[in-house]
Amino acid sequence: MTIQLTHFSAAFVFALFASIVFGITHRETTRDMVRYGLYCFAMFMGGALVAGWAMWLVRR
Amino acid sequence: MANQTTAKPTTKAAEPAQPVSTMSVIAPALGWLIPGAGHIIQKLWIRGVLLFVSIGALFVLGLMMQGHIYRANAGDILEMLGFVGDLGSGAFYITALAAGWGSAVVSNAVADYGKMFMIVAGLLNFISVADAYHIAIGKKLGKKQ
Repeated sequence: MTIQLTHFSAAFVFALFASIVFGITHRETTRDMVRYGLYCFAMFMGGALVAGWAMWLVRR
Repeated sequence: MANQTTAKPTTKAAEPAQPVSTMSVIAPALGWLIPGAGHIIQKLWIRGVLLFVSIGALFVLGLMMQGHIYRANAGDILEMLGFVGDLGSGAFYITALAAGWGSAVVSNAVADYGKMFMIVAGLLNFISVADAYHIAIGKKLGKKQ
């Protein structure tokens, strides 16, 4: 069984699961875990989007 | 009248040695073999299940994207690093290796992502193992939040 993810969906899935693990392992309280997980997710996705647009600009 | 100097100690006070308990050995070992199990055995159910699902999903998705699994091979330093990353997934890696999965050559971008998903899953599990150990020795809060 194979799966074909787009670049965006691959980045989304990666960011989601990596952020969950980072949140759980890098903070002590539940509230801090959620906040840090959301922060990591935003940084992952934001970084991917910024890098994507930067490459688009470079290519022009 | 002599000046009184308040000299700061130049060396840090020695940290107290962490007690070695059965849990501090079992939790990391079990956590490596089954991602999240090191937390579950310490009755941190939700954290353990979330870790298992996250790490397991990354590894399985990597396999489904036809990612390559590295084997113990001293031929190339990059392959050795990939092997170390893959090895972190514990039972996922052992099962995939035994079943002969992930032996295809990376032929497109998605398969390359899959390879990276599996390596990252293993590396995330190493972090999870360290976290389980810190909870076991009392360095990090467990249930008391």
